[in-house]
Amino acid sequence: MEYFHSVTLDTNKCHGCTNCITHCPTEAIRVQNGKAKIIKERCIDCGECIRVCQSHAKIAVADTFAMLDDFKYNIAMPAPSFYGQFNSMFTIGQILTAFKKIGFDHVFEVARGAEYVSAATRYILENENPKKPVISSACPAVLRLIRERFPNLLGNVLNIISPMETAAILARREASEKTGLAPEEIGVFFISPCPAKVTSVKSPLTLEKSNVSGVITAKSAFKKIISIIEDVSEEENLSVSGSEGIFWARTGGECLGTGSVETIAVDEIHNVITVLEEIDNGKMTSVDFVELSACPSGCSGGALNIENPFLASSRISQQSKKKPQIKEIKDLDVDGLRWEKEVQIMTFAPLDSDLGEAMRKMELMEEIYERLPKLDCGSCGSPSCKTLAEDIVRGFASENDCIFLMREKVRDLAKELFELNENYRDFKKEG
Amino acid sequence: MIKRYILSGEDFSIAGEASSSFKAVLKKLGIDAGIIRRVAIAMYEAEINTIVHGGGGECEAEIEGNKITLVFRDQGPGIPNLDLAMQEGYSTATEEIRELGFGAGMGLPNIKKYTDSMNIETEPGKGTTVTLVINL
Repeated sequence: MEYFHSVTLDTNKCHGCTNCITHCPTEAIRVQNGKAKIIKERCIDCGECIRVCQSHAKIAVADTFAMLDDFKYNIAMPAPSFYGQFNSMFTIGQILTAFKKIGFDHVFEVARGAEYVSAATRYILENENPKKPVISSACPAVLRLIRERFPNLLGNVLNIISPMETAAILARREASEKTGLAPEEIGVFFISPCPAKVTSVKSPLTLEKSNVSGVITAKSAFKKIISIIEDVSEEENLSVSGSEGIFWARTGGECLGTGSVETIAVDEIHNVITVLEEIDNGKMTSVDFVELSACPSGCSGGALNIENPFLASSRISQQSKKKPQIKEIKDLDVDGLRWEKEVQIMTFAPLDSDLGEAMRKMELMEEIYERLPKLDCGSCGSPSCKTLAEDIVRGFASENDCIFLMREKVRDLAKELFELNENYRDFKKEG
Repeated sequence: MIKRYILSGEDFSIAGEASSSFKAVLKKLGIDAGIIRRVAIAMYEAEINTIVHGGGGECEAEIEGNKITLVFRDQGPGIPNLDLAMQEGYSTATEEIRELGFGAGMGLPNIKKYTDSMNIETEPGKGTTVTLVINL
C-alpha cells in the first residue's frame, strides 16, 4: 500500500540533527546516514517536525495557484484560522473580498461548514445516544493517531465529515446552481493551516474521494493577500458564517457548538495522547464530548500559519464578537454529512507474527536496553534508547550506532592493543 | 514471559504507569487490540486498588501461549467484607482519596467484568492477593 504524506524532507537542508526525532509524537522519524527519514506507516502529518526543524528541512507538500487553470470557476475556502493571521483592523469581509483579487471567482467560508457540523453533532448527541465520550473527528492528525494507537476508540469518534468537506459540498452545489456549470468544472480550494488537511484531501480516511479539488497553504495565500488587502476598499458581502463557526479556529470552539454539559477541549498533540490514553483506560465516561486538536491553540496554531498561535487565537475572539452567534441552518441533512466509509485500523507489525518468537525478541530487546546508557540523546538516530533497542531487534539498527557503547568498545580495544604491545615487548626482551 | 512492576503506595500520580507500560508490551507482541483494552482497564483498576487500599505492593504480569495472568500483592489491611466490596458503588475510600477522583466503588466489579477469572485471597491485617486471568 502506498501512503501519501504532505510532510516531506528537503534532503539538502537536513543536517541530521536530533530535533525532529525526539519531538515526533509517534516516533516516526530516524536519522540514517546523516539524514532524517520519515517512516510513512507511522507519520500522522501533525506537522510537529516542521515546527521544530531549525534548518527548515521539513516541508509540507501542497497544491499551487497554477492548479486554478484546470477549472472554469474557482472558489477559495479559507479555514476560520486564516482570519487570525491578519491584524484585526482588517474585517473578515475585506479578507474574503481579497481572495477575488488574487484569481478566485468566489469564496466560501469553512466556518459555515463548521456550523453545519456543530448542528449535526447536537442532533447526534440528542437523538442517537452515542458511546461516551464522543470524540471529535475534525482534526485529521488526531484521527490518524487514533486509528494507529487507539483503534479501540474508533467507536467513540463522531462519524461526521469535517467542516472543510462540508463547506466544499455546500460551495460547489451553490456555485453549480448559480453558474450552470457542471460540478467537475468548479474548483474548490481549501486554504489550509496544516499539512494533515492536505493529506486528508489527497488520501481521505472517511470518504471515497474528497470534495476538495486542491489545497493551498495558509502561508502562500497570506503572501498574496497581504500585498493587496489594503487596496480592497469596497468589501463585498461574502461572509456567510456567524461567531459559532469562526470560533472553531481556537481551542474550545468546537465544544461550544455541541451545546453539551460536560465537555473537554484539549490541544497540542502530546496532551491529546495523554487524554486518549485515559479514555482508553476506561476513564472519562461521564464526559459528553471531547475536542482534540493536534496543534497548540487549535487550528490557530497550525504549522502552516504565520502568526503566533496565541495572538491569532485572540484575534479570532475579536473577529467573532463582530458577528451574530449563528446564522440559521434551514437545510441540515445529518445523513448527508456522515462518513462514507469506516476508518481502517492501522496497526504496527508486532515484533514477530509468532507469539513465542515475539516474546523472545521482547526479552532480547530488554537485554539490549539494559546495556544502553538510557540518556535518550538521539545520537544513534533513534528517538530514545528504548526505540533503539527495538530497532536493533527488528534489524534496522545495530548496537554500534550507540556512541556510548561504541566509546566503551574503543576503550576496551585500545586496552587490549596496549596489552598485546606490552606482551610483544616482553617477548622481545626475553628473545 | 513475566513482567514485574513495583506499585509504590507513596505516590498516586504514578498510578497507571504499570498498565500503560504493559499495554505497550502487549502491542509489540501483536496481541489483539480488544484483549489489550480489557487487560489495560482491569490492570489499571487493580493497580489503583493496590496503591489506594493496599498501601502499595507489586504486580506480576505473565504472558503465556493461551492466557495473560496478572497477580497483585499487597501487605495492606485486607478486605473485611468481600461481598460488600464486590457491589457496585460500595467504597471504603476516604474523602481525601475521593477528591482525587478515585473511590467511586467501581473497582472490583469493573475488574470482574473485563477479565475471564478473578480470584481474591485476603486476610485482615496481612494483605490481599488478587489474581486475574484473561484468555487469549
